[in-house]
Amino acid sequence: MSQKTPELPVTIIGGYLGCGKTTLVNHLLRHANGLRLAILVNDFGDLPIDADLIEAQDGDVISLSGGCICCSYGDDLSLSLRKLQSASVKPEHILIEASGVALPGAIGNSLSLLQDYRLDCIAVLADASAIMHQANEKYIGDTVLRQLADADLLVLNKLDLTTQKKLTTTRGWLAGVSGHAPVVEAVHGKIEAGILFHQVAEYRTLVNPSTSICPPGRAELSEDGCDVDKADIAQKILRDHNHASELFESMHLLIGWKVDAHIIAAELADQKMRLIRVKGFVRNLDNELMLIQIVGARWSVTDAPSNLPESTQPGLVFIAKAGELKNEQLRRICKRRH
Amino acid sequence: MTIVYSAKKILTMNPARPVVTHVAVRDGRILGAGSLEELSGFGEFTLDEQFADKVIMPGMVEGHCHAVEGKWWRYVYCGFHDRMDPHGKVWSGLSSIDHVVSRLQEKEITLSDATTALTGWAIDPIYYDNKKITRHDLDRVSTTRAVGIMHASGHIMNVNSKALELAGYLRTGITHDGVPLGDDGLPTGELKGPDVMYPVGQHAGFDDNMLEFDEAGLIDFARLCVRTGVTTATDLAARLEDSIVDMGIRVTGADDFPVRIMSLRFHHGLTPEELIEHVKQLQLRSTERFRLGKIKVIADGSIQGFSARLNWPGYYNGAPNGLWYIAPEQMRSIYEMALRDGIQVHTHTNGDEATDLVLDTLETALAKYPNQTHRFTIQHGQLINAAQYRRMAKLNMCVNHFANHHFYWGDEHYRLTVGPERAERMNACRTALDNGIPLAIHSDAPVTPLSPLFTAWCAVNRTTASGRTQGEHEKISVQEALYAITLGAAYTLNLDNEIGSIECGKHADFAILEDDPTSVDPDKLKDIDVWGTVQSGRVFPASLI
Repeated sequence: MSQKTPELPVTIIGGYLGCGKTTLVNHLLRHANGLRLAILVNDFGDLPIDADLIEAQDGDVISLSGGCICCSYGDDLSLSLRKLQSASVKPEHILIEASGVALPGAIGNSLSLLQDYRLDCIAVLADASAIMHQANEKYIGDTVLRQLADADLLVLNKLDLTTQKKLTTTRGWLAGVSGHAPVVEAVHGKIEAGILFHQVAEYRTLVNPSTSICPPGRAELSEDGCDVDKADIAQKILRDHNHASELFESMHLLIGWKVDAHIIAAELADQKMRLIRVKGFVRNLDNELMLIQIVGARWSVTDAPSNLPESTQPGLVFIAKAGELKNEQLRRICKRRH
Repeated sequence: MTIVYSAKKILTMNPARPVVTHVAVRDGRILGAGSLEELSGFGEFTLDEQFADKVIMPGMVEGHCHAVEGKWWRYVYCGFHDRMDPHGKVWSGLSSIDHVVSRLQEKEITLSDATTALTGWAIDPIYYDNKKITRHDLDRVSTTRAVGIMHASGHIMNVNSKALELAGYLRTGITHDGVPLGDDGLPTGELKGPDVMYPVGQHAGFDDNMLEFDEAGLIDFARLCVRTGVTTATDLAARLEDSIVDMGIRVTGADDFPVRIMSLRFHHGLTPEELIEHVKQLQLRSTERFRLGKIKVIADGSIQGFSARLNWPGYYNGAPNGLWYIAPEQMRSIYEMALRDGIQVHTHTNGDEATDLVLDTLETALAKYPNQTHRFTIQHGQLINAAQYRRMAKLNMCVNHFANHHFYWGDEHYRLTVGPERAERMNACRTALDNGIPLAIHSDAPVTPLSPLFTAWCAVNRTTASGRTQGEHEKISVQEALYAITLGAAYTLNLDNEIGSIECGKHADFAILEDDPTSVDPDKLKDIDVWGTVQSGRVFPASLI
């Protein structure tokens, strides 16, 4: 298998003007948990980044605390992405804040042209107090609907600006127009950062079991698989630890047997499973270690990076909204022989 | 010192004395137009008879073009129609893909090393029965160097395998509407849209900034202006970074620079507040020959690219509606602040829905910031209908129509994009004038060739490339077309007090013609030879430029 640089994950944050994209970006910056983010914004506008996070500004690049940077891409996103490739400190994750009328799916498509990037997720925000009105607006209605349809994950934001009755109507409407994407709800863009960044929180436990949220090592890698009931499962509520508006729970399932990674990934990404995020490694049928990454409806299976520590144990971390983790079904899917 | 020029005929665009025989010039400005006897009243003069057998008209004003055309001529011309380069050489049109390949091959053998990129422009597969050009066609030119050709529309590029390889595109797994794949799963070499063209284009010899002029290109652009009778030209969409402004002021400030350039800041990449602030700074730097301080807003895409925003029922072939390039709220902020601060805004619309947005937005903004003299102008406005012109009249708007489209893409619009009925009323100059809308017409060079007389011919005859007349009802007269390429365009740039006609007090800007556009067959308007120009009293023969 050829050695190649791991592709840089890219998250596209879309949504119409005023839906809270900038606020969300600032929230994510505060909860990046050491992850080096590069944030690409259409313009610096009304200062896209909270002042206390800024260390220095040089033209169209702002240096932020924790090794993060923010660049304005103006009218040429691909040029900005190419420039990032020659940055002195390599970012670990890229966030693109799309302009208010951009179709995030089109931005995602253009990423397929750049070999060093991998589209991780298109997250589209909707202003809970305005989205239904915007979708009916004469000029931008169809643009708003196309943005929602492009989403892998929807963030229904600004819950505080709407009434409970209106929110119920909006939820129902959104489920109807958004199709396959799960919806998370938020106030001031405060969502669990682990949803958008695999690198934070639970994923780290996979490559470094000593910090695992569950006792490591009980599941064995065996040729013919092991009883899933003996697999190591941990579950916890991610209790508001970064002030997310909505509660999530996660499960870590060690998978010591061979599976068909593509079939598993596709089944887990089915929205019937109600999963928000999945990441981890599995042994493919030909015994290659594969990386599975899922956000909402978007899934990918790629070769595992070659530099993984010896201690890496095959397994997946699942994140779902609190109360929606279907433990038994997930285990059944992962256990199925192909 | 006063010079009086005699001419066979001088068309003044001044209705009080539309045709005269002499024009007097002092200090670069027009002292008067009339008979020799009348002008002698100004005192001592030198009579210059070098134009005695020529026809003089006001220097032509190109209200929508891009100075970057000068830069494009460094690439190999691959267009279907004959086209003149800045040095006056007429490049013959290429009638097949094989001819395109041959011309590139001729250039290729002159290159000494094996890897320098080879770049072409202005190809238009419409004329080759829409036959797709592939990387294999261009691989016949070279397999060791990147080869790329930009289409005439500026929206599509074709490249060879080497260019794809250098950009990392020669692989399977690309999923992008702008990158068609062949049966082998590899890109065919056709690249549609800026986000796919730029990354490959840089390997095929195009620079990162395909819109911005450079120094040599600006000088070459000025040569084209002299050859086509243009004395004032716009550079309609620029970033205008400080270094470009410094260079523009320096280059146009040279004693022998023959054109007045007006460069507009486009809205991309800035918030409305930043945009207004930048334009105010630019106004302070404006010079006589490098005019700054206006805004270009781009509302939607193009009709032939199916990215223009159309009202119901949309595209004739059922393509989905196009894209907004600006949010309505941003347009409103820009309009409001511009009206408040007296900054003129030109807005690109192609589709009629985009025009509706402009009209709604301006109407609301004007209620908040009344402004009688804003002269906000719709650029292109290709699908404006009668009801929209009536609103535009009430709103004191101007229009600058893309008359050249009739010829270059009229057949496509009829057959494919908007269908016969709407194609016949595209760029409806007649209806605009009937509603009293100040009218200019344009080339959008380098998209189509810079040549106001050709543009006038398009508006007068509405002939498509296949020879059909498209929209008899929307034709305008020769006189109206000549007005549109002089005073009409000057009005849309708020320069009608300085240029656009030959009358006392204005800049001495003339187009010197070999024949009289008001007496030739209207079908021959485009064939009139241009001797050169006089700009602010300085004489520029095309033969010496």
